[in-house]
Amino acid sequence: MDSILSCFKDKVGEVVLPGDVFSLDLSDVENNTVKSEKIICGPGLRRNGDEILVSKSGILRHRSPNLYWIDSQQKRYVPAKGESVIGVVTAKSGDSFKVDVGGSELASLSYLAFEGATKRNRPNVQVGDLVYSQFAIANKDMEPELVCIDSCGRANGMGVFGADGLLFKVSLGLVRRLLSPQSEIIKDLEKLFPFEMVVGLNGRVWVKANGIQKTLIVANLLESCENMTPQQRQALFKRVAEGSL
Amino acid sequence: MANDGSTKLSKNLLRMKFMQRGLDADVKKQLEEEEKRIVSDEHWFLDLPELKAKESYIVEERSYVPCEDLVYGRMSFKGFNPDVEKLMALMNAPREEKEEDEDEKNETRMDTDITDEEMARRYGSLVESMKKRFAKKRDRSSLKGNREDVSQNTIPSQPKKAFLKPQD
Repeated sequence: MDSILSCFKDKVGEVVLPGDVFSLDLSDVENNTVKSEKIICGPGLRRNGDEILVSKSGILRHRSPNLYWIDSQQKRYVPAKGESVIGVVTAKSGDSFKVDVGGSELASLSYLAFEGATKRNRPNVQVGDLVYSQFAIANKDMEPELVCIDSCGRANGMGVFGADGLLFKVSLGLVRRLLSPQSEIIKDLEKLFPFEMVVGLNGRVWVKANGIQKTLIVANLLESCENMTPQQRQALFKRVAEGSL
Repeated sequence: MANDGSTKLSKNLLRMKFMQRGLDADVKKQLEEEEKRIVSDEHWFLDLPELKAKESYIVEERSYVPCEDLVYGRMSFKGFNPDVEKLMALMNAPREEKEEDEDEKNETRMDTDITDEEMARRYGSLVESMKKRFAKKRDRSSLKGNREDVSQNTIPSQPKKAFLKPQD
């Protein structure tokens, strides 16, 4: 167990590539009866017997005590259980809606999975509506399933939203930067003017401000944040705040 | 006539419930064994090595949310959508509490709107009304009487209530 920990520790913060192997020597654990903690391998790492394989290229990250994952840039969204995404309702089929979340397959969203919905009292959802919802089932071999309520049956902001506003796509890396606690981009953005946004982990961002012009400004700023250094970003935000753009 | 060799009843007949009473012990046992064999012949099982579940030291997690501690996805700034701002505070609260825990250790006294003196004064005036509330109806009238005593400084003789025998 120590071997894999040291093996991981050496590589934390370094670039790893798909196919790299971290092998786990279980004989140590069994022989020395060392009480070892379980290793949690996050996205980009895959368990294969006693080994851990790298399946994405990126930087190996670590969070104490024993959580490892790969920080990678990609645009393709793969559904994962518990993640909150923005979906577009594309069809009504019987007792569920088909929702496009940007994954390989349409997700299904039961009409009973809304706050306050019963068999008699159906939620008012039309084709083309945006829904902010969470994955209840996300399995690589099965159709993913969305819900718009938490485990207590409350909506907590999930459900249909977005009467006006603008929906656009950014990379998954930028979405994670936006959602990270104490995000620099958010701190810069909230100084500008009042606006609202919804960020889905599937790379979709919805923005609404007072007037189309301001909505477009926020959308363009977010899109340009993709490839900018903090200094460049701050300079740009300053110019926008002064009203020269 | 039943067991004299010349006429034998068939096994199927002997196995029937109403025939069981008159049977001998050995014949009964023989029949039971035969029955057991029939049952076990009909059962079949897979000839596989026993599966051994090894304890796994690796747990997989497919989502970035627990890894990077991502915040709630709906945001509103500068009061654009007050409902969403309330939700933001609610959903991001547990995270902030963790950070504030250490601050709170330093200053254990909480911010209060009402000072201790004010509270004491208020509860001091409440004592009387609470006492009234828990008193019985009969005591309540006497309580009232007592207060009047204090204010008027007169002592009305209150005759003790007692059973009066009715006259014939």
